[in-house]
Order: sequence, then structure tokens, then C-alpha cells
Amino acid sequence: MEDIFNSILLKSAGISGDHPLAPVLSGRNEIMRLTQTSMGAVLQPEPPGGLCHSERAALACRIARLNDEELMASYYEAMIPENSEFKAVANPAFVELHDQRLRAILRYTDLVTVDPKRATESDISALKAAGILEADIVRLSELIAFLAYQIRVVQGLRLMSDAARRDA
Amino acid sequence: MNAKPITKFTTVIPVWEPRVTPVKLNEATQEQLEAMKATPSDTGVGAYVLVLAHDPKTLQERTPLFNGIMYSHGGLSRSETELGAVAASMVNRCIYCAAVHASRYNQLTKDETVIEGLFDAGEDTELDPRQQAIFNFATKLSRCPSEAGYADMKQLIDVGLGMDEILDVILTASLFGWANRLMHVLGDPIASE
Repeated sequence: MEDIFNSILLKSAGISGDHPLAPVLSGRNEIMRLTQTSMGAVLQPEPPGGLCHSERAALACRIARLNDEELMASYYEAMIPENSEFKAVANPAFVELHDQRLRAILRYTDLVTVDPKRATESDISALKAAGILEADIVRLSELIAFLAYQIRVVQGLRLMSDAARRDA
Repeated sequence: MNAKPITKFTTVIPVWEPRVTPVKLNEATQEQLEAMKATPSDTGVGAYVLVLAHDPKTLQERTPLFNGIMYSHGGLSRSETELGAVAASMVNRCIYCAAVHASRYNQLTKDETVIEGLFDAGEDTELDPRQQAIFNFATKLSRCPSEAGYADMKQLIDVGLGMDEILDVILTASLFGWANRLMHVLGDPIASE
């Protein structure tokens, strides 16, 4: 039921149950499991608050692309319903011009993903000024921050896997 | 008072001043209390946890994940785990996280020169080969997009880290990609009186 090798994380990293590194990952089984449950909490929480599941999936896809992580982006893109109004958000080149709420969310997502050190008080004020509730600011921040974690684990594991293969 | 946020790295742990209104403990829902592992009469719940309680479902998963990566037995040593956390926090300029984990590193190693060097000279500091490999990998993985490559991984292997230790370097640096994006973004580090 909780097979860590079925997680998006280890599938994206290319590490299956018969991989030479599988025992090493199994040694951190609980962390792998919690990574997967955290993903559920940021992408598909019930109730979702002010960020619906399709908006979250589209933002996740955008964040993956900002990290040059096309494989994970494809997983998240598949979670966006075909007729979703947020479909365009998945493309990092997409800029919202009219809707103030979405424009503020995209600006914040891009900044905190790519260059979090530059985030200041005014970036939080901008979200509030666009009418985004404080609880949704925290939900959005957790989504962005979790993806920064998950994507780096995958990219690190790929390097590990590559090294293990070259060694073998 | 009107204290200005600290912008230079320090090992003195600042006060964290939230930019988002924390949940009030006496108004918290059952789900929020459970996620915070708090009771309505608790006085020791910090502002950071009260801010994160706005998203109790994530907090509920995140706390055991954080503790699992930072304090699990086996794998990378405690002090080297802290070094990975410091590396990520320096890339993301999270003054608060850097202070907490730099001071833990100093306590664990009883050696303040490593952190002093890092805070003074940044990535150009000379470390011993093992520390250098860990700090270098964690730093490059923390950039966006990640700049860690095969040569950086090879450096970890060549200085003698086992695969279980390398996994922990990856997990720690990545975890602070998460933590820094909350701590540095949702609040300000203010000098404690």
C-alpha cells in the first residue's frame, strides 16, 4: 500500500525496487512516505481553501519548469483538467495582465521559486493588496516551498543513481 | 523599538517577526491544534508554528518529515547535517535558519572557525575536503535551477561518504529549500534584546 517506489518522487528519479540504491532509500522509508503525504497536503487538500486543485497543479507544473524539471512537470501537467482556466499558468512564459489576484500569485510564485533571497515584506503586502487571504498566502507558500524540496530530492537522487551506475 | 530586520549572517538567533498574522491559539480549530501538537492553554507555541497553522494539513506532515531528516539515527552525522542546512540557508539568505543551524553546528563540533569562515568569506572559504564536498554539493543543489552535477556528486564519493550519507546530504539541502522559503519569506529576523 505504501510502496515508496510507486511515489512520483522515486519514479521521477528513476529508482525502482530492484535498483542498486533501493536498500539505501528503504533505510529512509518514513521520510519517503512523508514526502508523498506532504505532496497530497499541498496539491490536493480537502477543503482546498482559496487555491483549487487545478490551480495548484498548474502552479506545480510551472515551478517544475522554472527548475528545468520537465519530467516532474509532465506529472503535474497531467493533473490539470483539460478544460481548466489555469492551463496557461503551467507555462512560465505566461504572464497574467488583467486578473489582479492571479498576477500577484504568479509574480510571488516565480520570485520565491527562483530567487527567494530577494523576497521582502512588500511581496507579502502585494498579495494582501490583491485580496489574497492570509491563510491562502501560507497555503501558497507551502506549495512553492514543498516543490523546491521535492524537485531537489529528485535531482539529487538522479545524480546519485548515475554515480552508482558508473561505479557498478 | 522599531527594530530593523537583520541582513548579515550571525550565530546569535534572532527573533522571528511574522509578516502574516499568526493563528490565535484560543481561536484555533481542533485540526490546527493537532497539527501544532498544542492545547489552547499552551504558552510556548512560537509565532512561526502559529503562522504555519493556517495550513494545518501541510504542517501535520511537515513536522515529522523535518524531524526525520534532521534527527534520524544513522547516515550523515548531526554536525554535517547542520552544515548542509547552513549551506542552503546561505544561498537563500535565510538569516534566521542560518543562525539556528550555524549555532547548532558550533555546539556539536565545539569549533567556531568553520562557520566564521563561511560567514566572512562565503563559498570561497577553505574547508577540510569532506566538509568542502558537503558544503559545495548542498550549495549547488540549492540554486534554482540546481547547479549540482556529476562532478559534485563524485566529490562526495571521493572524500568517502557512503550512499546513505549522500542521501542525507540531498535530503537536508532540499529540506532547507523548503524551510528557507517559509522562514525567510513569511517573516523578518529581528535582533533579540
